[in-house]
Amino acid sequence: MISDAPVLQQASEPAENVAAPSRLSRYARPLLGILLPLMLALGWELLVWLGWSNGRLVPPPSRIFATIAELARSGELVRHITATLWRVALGFAFGVVAGTLLGAISGYWSLARRLLDPTVQALRAIPSLAWVPLFILWLGIFETSKVVLIAVGVFFPVYLGVMGAVLSVDRKIVEVGRTFRLSGPAMIRRILLPAVLPAYVVSLRVGLGLGWMFVVAAELIGASEGLGYLLLDGQQLGKPAQILAAIVIFAILGKLTDWLIEVAAAPFLRWQDAFVRAKGA
Amino acid sequence: MLALDRVSKTYPNGVQALARFSAEIRQGEIVAIIGGSGCGKSTLLRAIAGLDRASSGTVTLDNESISSPHAKIGIIFQEPRLLPWLSVADNIGFGLADLPTAERRERVARALERVGLAEKAQAWPRELSGGQAQRVAIARALVPQPEVLLLDEPFSALDAFTRRDLQDHLLDLWADARPTLILVTHDVDEAVVLADRVLVMRPRPGRLFDQIEINLGRPRDRNSPLFENFKRSVLTSLDRSLDRSVPDRDATQGPGQAMWW
Repeated sequence: MISDAPVLQQASEPAENVAAPSRLSRYARPLLGILLPLMLALGWELLVWLGWSNGRLVPPPSRIFATIAELARSGELVRHITATLWRVALGFAFGVVAGTLLGAISGYWSLARRLLDPTVQALRAIPSLAWVPLFILWLGIFETSKVVLIAVGVFFPVYLGVMGAVLSVDRKIVEVGRTFRLSGPAMIRRILLPAVLPAYVVSLRVGLGLGWMFVVAAELIGASEGLGYLLLDGQQLGKPAQILAAIVIFAILGKLTDWLIEVAAAPFLRWQDAFVRAKGA
Repeated sequence: MLALDRVSKTYPNGVQALARFSAEIRQGEIVAIIGGSGCGKSTLLRAIAGLDRASSGTVTLDNESISSPHAKIGIIFQEPRLLPWLSVADNIGFGLADLPTAERRERVARALERVGLAEKAQAWPRELSGGQAQRVAIARALVPQPEVLLLDEPFSALDAFTRRDLQDHLLDLWADARPTLILVTHDVDEAVVLADRVLVMRPRPGRLFDQIEINLGRPRDRNSPLFENFKRSVLTSLDRSLDRSVPDRDATQGPGQAMWW
C-alpha cells in the first residue's frame, strides 16, 4: 500500500527481487483502478452527448464538473468545504482524544475495563444517530451539537481499537522490557506505544471514515453551510448535479484525509511485515 | 556467586512447580539444568531472573537478594523476542539506553561484529533467519555485560546444524567476559557440550535430583568416547529421575557425592 522506494532499497534479498517489476507497476497499478470509473463516466457522457438520454436526473460528468467550477468561482465551494472540514477536524480531534484515553485506560487496567467497558459497549449498541434529537435539545442546533455527534461517531472505533491493541500486546515482548528493568513510562514509550501503533492507525482511519459519515448526518439535519447542506439544497431545488458535485468532493476529501493519516504513519510502520508490501507495492 | 536457597514455587492454582531447590553456582561457571517436562526448570530460571517471585526460599547474587529483574542478570528466551519495530542494531542496544550515544553505538557495533551480523545492522528483525535472530538476542543480552546469563532452551527451535553452530558461538562469546551461564535444556548433547555441571531435576514437584560434573576440557569433541561417557551418565540419571520407584536422594551436598553411579 505504501510504496516508498527507500524501504525497498533497505530491505534484503526478497524485496530486492521484486523491486524491478514493481517500479513499472508502481505507475501502472493506480491507473488500473481508475480505468473502470473512467470508462463508465466517458460512456455516460457519450450517451448524453448522443442524445440517447437527457441526463436530467443523472447529469453527465461534464455538467458535474461545471457545477463544481461554478461553485468554486463564486467562492461558495471554499466556504462549504471549510465549514465541513472544520467540523470533521474538531469532531475527529475530540473523538480521538477521548477514545485513545479511555481505550488505553481500559486496556491497561483490568479494573477500569470491568468498570467502564460494559457501559461503553452498551452505548455503542445505540445507533449514534439516535442521539441527534437529544444533542440538539441539549446543545442547540448550531456547531456544538454537530461536533459532538461527529466526536461520538469517531470515539467508538478508536476506543475499541486502542483497547484491543493494548490487550493484545505480546506478553513476551513486555517481558523483554521487564528484564531490562524499564520503568512504567519507559515501558509505555519503548514497548507499548510502538506495539499498538499499527492497530491504532487502523482505528484512526476507521474513525475518520465514521467522522465523514456523521458530518453528513449532522449537516443534513440543519445547517446553512457545508457539503451536507449542498446535498440537501440540491435535493430541495432539484439540482442533481449539485448533489453529485458534493458527493464527488466528499469522496475526494475522504480519500485525501485518509491518505494523510497513512502517509503520516508510514515512517513509523516501515518495520511491519506487510503482506501487500512483500508482494512488491 | 549465585546462591539458591530452598527455592519453592506454588502457582495460584495449587500446582507446586518447584520444591526446595538449593544450589550454589560459582561466578563464571556454566550450569545446565535438565529434566523431564514439568520439572520446573523454566520456573526456576524465571525465579532467578526475577520475572516471577519464589513462593518461599531466596535467590541471592553476591549477597544481594533477587526479587525483580536485576542489572547483573540477563536472560535469553526460547524465542528471540526481538522488538520488530527496531533495527537489529537498535535491538542489541535496547538495554543500553542509559549510556551516552557514542559509547552505545560502539558497543553495539562491537557486538554485531562479534556475532557476525555487522552487515545486518540496519535490517529489520523480520528479515533475519531463526539462527540470526537468536544471535541478535544473545548479543542483546550480552552487551550490558551481565554477571549471570540465563538461557531458557535457547536453541530448541533451531535446526540441528544451526544449533551446533550457535552452541559453539555461545562458548566463544562466553570466553570474552566469562559470565555465569545457567542453561535450561532438554537436549543432553547440548548440556554436555556446554556445561561444567549438569543439574538433573525430577518433576512433580520440580526438585533437584542429581548433579553431574562434566570434567572435560574445551573445546569438546562431540565424538570422543569420554564425551559419550558423560552423555550416557546424564541420560542414565535422567531416566532414573523419571522412574518413580527411585527414591529422592540428597543431591545438594556437593559434586563429590554425585558420582554415585
